[in-house]
This record gives sequence, C-alpha cells and structure tokens, in this order.
Amino acid sequence: MIRVIRNAWLIAAKDLRVETRSRELVYTTVFFAVTAVLIFAFSFVQEDSTVPPGAASGILWVTLTFSGTIALTRTFEREREHDTLRGLLLSPVERPAVYLGKLMAVLMLLAGVEIVLLPLTALFFQAPLFRTPGMMFAILATGTLGFASVGTLFAAMLVRARSRDVLLPVVLFPIVVPVIIAGVRGTNALFLPEPDMAIAQMWLAMLVSFDAVFLSLALWTCGPLLGE
Amino acid sequence: MSAAPLDFDRIVVDDVTRQYGRRRALSHVTLEAVAGDVVALLGPNGAGKSTLLNILSTLLRPTSGTVRYGKTPLDKGGDMLRGRIGFLGHELFLYADLSARENLTFTAQLYGLPDVAGTVARGLERANLADRADDRVGGFSRGMRQRLALERALLHQPRLVLLDEPFTGLDDQSSDVLVNRIVELGQSGAIVFAATHDFDYAGRIATRAACVNRGRCRELVVDGGSLLERYRAALTESAA
Repeated sequence: MIRVIRNAWLIAAKDLRVETRSRELVYTTVFFAVTAVLIFAFSFVQEDSTVPPGAASGILWVTLTFSGTIALTRTFEREREHDTLRGLLLSPVERPAVYLGKLMAVLMLLAGVEIVLLPLTALFFQAPLFRTPGMMFAILATGTLGFASVGTLFAAMLVRARSRDVLLPVVLFPIVVPVIIAGVRGTNALFLPEPDMAIAQMWLAMLVSFDAVFLSLALWTCGPLLGE
Repeated sequence: MSAAPLDFDRIVVDDVTRQYGRRRALSHVTLEAVAGDVVALLGPNGAGKSTLLNILSTLLRPTSGTVRYGKTPLDKGGDMLRGRIGFLGHELFLYADLSARENLTFTAQLYGLPDVAGTVARGLERANLADRADDRVGGFSRGMRQRLALERALLHQPRLVLLDEPFTGLDDQSSDVLVNRIVELGQSGAIVFAATHDFDYAGRIATRAACVNRGRCRELVVDGGSLLERYRAALTESAA
C-alpha cells in the first residue's frame, strides 16, 4: 500500500512539474471558470443586485464541473501525445498507482480552480461562502473528489478513443449527476439566511458515500480498463 | 522500492495468435530466444512486428497461445516482470516539458532504482547528452530524443529489450553507437528483439533473424550471408 501511494505521488508530482512548465491547464480551466461565472453574473444578477435563490450554488458546481471536464480531457491528452501513458503502463508500477497519481494531479488542479472560483462566486452572487468554512470545505472537497474519481477513470479509458473529447462528457455527466446534485443541495443549505447544518450534513454524508463507492469501483476496475 | 524483479534467461512464444476484431495481426507465431540472443524482426509495414513486440512487453494479451518468461507465463508476471523489460517504441515515452535529467529521474524512481542521481548521470553520459541534461526535451532533435529514449528504456538494465525501429531519426554516427550498444547488450546476457527495416544494421546486430509477414513468423538463417536476400526469398515463399 505504501508503495502504491509512493508511486502515485511520483506520478502526481511529475504531472505538477509538467504543468508548472506549460501552465496550459491552469490557464485554460481558470479562464473558462472566470468567463462562465461572469456570463452567469450578467444573466442572473438583477439591476438591484439581487440574485435568484439557489442560483449561486448551482453556478458554482456547474462551473466547477465544466472546468474539471476540460482539465480531465487535457490531462490525458498530454499523456497520449508522446504515448507516455504506455511508458507508465510498461513500468513496474501498479495500475491503481497510475490511476491515483492522475487523480491526485487532477484534484490539485481543481483545488487551484476553486481558489479562484470561490471568491468570484462570493463577490458576484453575494454567496456567504465563508460563513461556515469547515462545512463548506468538506462539501467542496468530497464533491470534487467524487467528480474527479469517476472522471479520471473515464478519461483514462477514453484516451485512445477517436472522439474522446465528445464522449467524455456524454459518459461522465450521467454518472456524476448524483454528486453534483448532492454538492448543489449541500452548498445551498449553507447559503440560506440561516444555514441549515442538518441538511448540509445529510448531503455531506451522501457525498462521502458516493466517494467511497466511486473510488472503490475505480481502483478495482482501473487495472483492466487502463490496459489494452 | 518496487518489488524484487523477476529474472529469466529464456523467452518462449508458443503458437501465439492475436486478432484485432476480425483482422488477424499475428497468426500461430512460435519463437524462442535465450539470454544473449539479438533477434532482428524483419518484415513489411503492418506485418505484425509491433504487435509481437507489444505482446512480449506484456501490454497486449495474445488471443490464443502462450508466452513464457523463464517459467513465468505472461499473465502471471505482473509488475515484477515489467521491471525486467525495456521497451523503445515508435513513440518515445518522453515528456517534452521536462528536461532530459527529469525524464530519466522519473523513470529511475518509478523502477525503484538505487542511486537515482548516479544512474541518471551515467544514462545521460551514454546518451551523449550530459551537456544538455537540464534542457527541455521538447527542444531536442529527433536523434537526441531517440538516444535519450533508448537510455530511458535501458536505465533499469532489463533482461528483455524490445526495440521498435530503433534507428529511426539517427545519423550514421549515432546509429553506429546504437549498433555497438545493442551488441553489448546481447553480450551482457540480455535478450534483444529489434524490429527494423534496415537490413544493413540488422545484419550488424543480429545473432538471429525472423521474417514477419502477414502475421506469420519465419526464422531466417544468419551466417554472414545476405540477410536481405534471405528475407526476400522468405517473402516470396510466403506469398506463393
């Protein structure tokens, strides 16, 4: 197990080093997230600065999901360009370590997107993101993990498919809809004038359950799926 | 550290067939090689050479037939078996945004090699890239990348070395260096399979040769005569 985590970290660290050189994914995902939030702001924020109830949480998760899909596609496209994924699969590294390494890199990238996205959402939609910081962090972290754990597996599966850019959202979104709904409802409970912690905890528990199921299934199936 | 690598001194390909859907890429291939053999795989484009190398590398499973590394079958070797295989493919498995040193360091760490810095420094010396060690690989010529990729494939001193068109993009001087390196590998007890179209270089490296055509594999006699003539004769016979 320690060896798997060590190898996963090696792969994630390599991905981060590549990203710090090219900055391609950071720029594209953050640019997309900022643009999406701005468009939503122009659409939903009224002239008297009021925002439809529930809009902020929906916009936060939709933007995060779409930005994450861009990141997932490009992360594996990069491994395909010089067939480096095959190089990884040829090495004596366990298949789950390859999956976990890519997942860790995607999670760190999405965390960077969230650092930009959260203040923007708070600013434009008057969302009290920092009123219950612990619960907000927990819901965001578990929701992001649920989305990324399935997304990383599907992106790896589709890396050799010809129309992978189109296929990834088509196969990914129906599976992650429960995670997105739980994330939206949990976040929305925290945005109420009086935060409903009981409801937020219920959705958080669902997110933890989704994460456990998705992560277990992904680790179980990544061997054969990453192979031929 | 990675698990202790599994060692072997013989590889046996027994009646291996590989299908992609309805297309048969390899058909009943039987082949055996022992430590010290340098086997040149010759054949036209699409003949099945790369498929055979991919099966030997454990990346592909045969549709039928068996491959054994010593006493270990292909599907039982796992991570330990992959730790004894070095592969240089058409694509070079190098990260363009990383430097030559970072590429080799990453590989050395993945293979759990001891003395990573020393191993990487020796690899860079052998690739004749010590003075460009910290430059991004994306700025290298094809020949430089090919040399680096070869050292990447050999960094862990594999028992089985698989080379797919290893002379692509190399100038004469680099090709001569590669020829010597492959001969040395054979002499040091590695089992080398090299798929190539270059009969001159194949003749210089090979202790054995096989013609792969339309998925079938046939061994050619290597005794100092013209490999090209024997190859052409084999192609004519297989077409008849």
